[in-house]
Amino acid sequence: MKSTLFNMVAVLFTITLIASAGVGAVNMITADAIAAAKEQATKEAMANVLPAFDSNEQSEQIIDDMPIVVYKAIKGDAVVGYAVESMTKSGFGGVVRLMVGFSPEGVILNVNVLEQAETPGLGTKMCDEGNALLSSIKDKNSGDIVFKVKKDGGELDALTAATISSRAYYDAVARAREAYWVACGGKSAADGVSGATSNSEGNAAQKGGNNE
Amino acid sequence: MQPRKEATMNKMQIVLSGILKNNPTFVLVLGMCPTLGTTTSAINGMGMGVATMAVLIMSNLVISLIKNFIPSKVRIPAFIVVIASFVTIIQMLMQAYVPSLYASLGVFIPLIVVNCIILGRAEAFASKNGPIDSILDGVGIGLGFTLALTAIGAVREILGGGSIFGYSLGISDYTPLVFVLAPGAFLVLGYMMVLFNKLAKK
Amino acid sequence: MELSYFAIIIGAIFVNNVVLAQFLGICPFLGVSSKVDTSLGMGAAVTFVMALTAIVAWAIQTYILVPLHIEYMQTIVFILVIAALVQMVEIILKKVSPSLYQALGIFLPLITTNCAVLGVAILMIQKEFNLLQSVVYSVSTAIGFAVALVIFAGIRERLELDGVPAALKGIPIALITAAILAMAFMGFSGLV
Repeated sequence: MKSTLFNMVAVLFTITLIASAGVGAVNMITADAIAAAKEQATKEAMANVLPAFDSNEQSEQIIDDMPIVVYKAIKGDAVVGYAVESMTKSGFGGVVRLMVGFSPEGVILNVNVLEQAETPGLGTKMCDEGNALLSSIKDKNSGDIVFKVKKDGGELDALTAATISSRAYYDAVARAREAYWVACGGKSAADGVSGATSNSEGNAAQKGGNNE
Repeated sequence: MQPRKEATMNKMQIVLSGILKNNPTFVLVLGMCPTLGTTTSAINGMGMGVATMAVLIMSNLVISLIKNFIPSKVRIPAFIVVIASFVTIIQMLMQAYVPSLYASLGVFIPLIVVNCIILGRAEAFASKNGPIDSILDGVGIGLGFTLALTAIGAVREILGGGSIFGYSLGISDYTPLVFVLAPGAFLVLGYMMVLFNKLAKK
Repeated sequence: MELSYFAIIIGAIFVNNVVLAQFLGICPFLGVSSKVDTSLGMGAAVTFVMALTAIVAWAIQTYILVPLHIEYMQTIVFILVIAALVQMVEIILKKVSPSLYQALGIFLPLITTNCAVLGVAILMIQKEFNLLQSVVYSVSTAIGFAVALVIFAGIRERLELDGVPAALKGIPIALITAAILAMAFMGFSGLV
């Protein structure tokens, strides 16, 4: 076909219009499925970091400009744990998202890495079962942990040759702990219940002092 | 290759030539980025191949249908819009129905847009042939690409991780991780290309 | 705590080298890099286009796609922006600096289909970088691309004079050379 200014513009415009309409339509069809797939992934991650539970209550907080979601897991009438979906932007490949499970006493039950883009073979070890990062915080009371790797004068192990990834991992876990404290209104849910102050806002403020 | 000759080609030959004589990976050496970047395991390689094949078939079909309405000067931008739309559609479908595969292929899914195979076939075949032949060409080239990626992925997975399609072969203690890492990609592709050309020439 | 600029720069040039670790821009890496001079030209052209793309893509994502909730149009919009940008650079360069155009001109059309450019635009959005970080990241990535290209060209110039086994001639030996180079670059992993 011969090219004139008019038909070039008209054809390109029409194609773009039809293409965007098509893409928009598929987006509408798949939007629900994409949301469902994400929810499914979240559920699986929660099951991985928490003991069995029936239902959960969801709440969102903004810490350091990042959205952190806390899921309070309930079985029967009792709270069996908290799963916190936390993130950091300081990973070697940018954003790292992970799900941290806390028992009502504040013990870190497990960590599940949801999303990362670290260096394959080095930083990606953070996703492996029983890696150095997980084993140095797992089954410990989160209130006692100072989130610093040995290189920075702390006590936690880092992954070999992946200091930035390790720092990012602990940064995200530390942020999860902060959200957990806010959500349960104390250093652990047990505090929040048995402590004299039942006012959660008061506890949040009190917590502020401990926050590093 | 002459367009007229291609048009008279037997349908089966169109498909077969994409797999062997015009194999996009080993013979034409096109689309190297996803070939190297996504073949850390057989299943990832296959997923990437199938996604590319889907885009290729659809874009070949549409371009062969609208080729007469496109002014030749804006041919390439028009093709790119068509290809980019199909890539976006595939991207959304994968996100919805195979989220874990989508996550492991990462940035290489949107990058199907700049895969030279697709624009190359649009230019060289679909813009000169009818819709049926164009679909067959897409199937052939797509299968060739998928088979090559699956084979490379399988070799890297066996050598580097001691498993195949995720099933452990029980040798993972003895396999060098380097085959799953970046250097392994170049090395395996290089030697497999030699092997393919040696076998194909016979 | 944000990722420091130093870490972004070193990471993009050496540790996560765009060609040797992330497999983006392989086509020009294998195609153009048989001479050191042409590699330098290609590297310069890519750096220029990538820096521009970073600014424009970031602005479009932040001020158009996100407010309108059409983030899913990202791929289509970015590839069109890159194609248009390359055309514009070509036209402007032709008018303003014919000598620079002569040096870089032949590489410009190749850049539209250089997946490193689109790849970097998508990655910097994915990493949630701000504008300055995005520009620093793209420029360092482009420098990493140029570094890999030039080193590789140097090796290939030597390779031409060596007796390569017939079966390995051409692309296979280039890939095997790239494998060894990638292995060398893995040594940078522990750097940051």
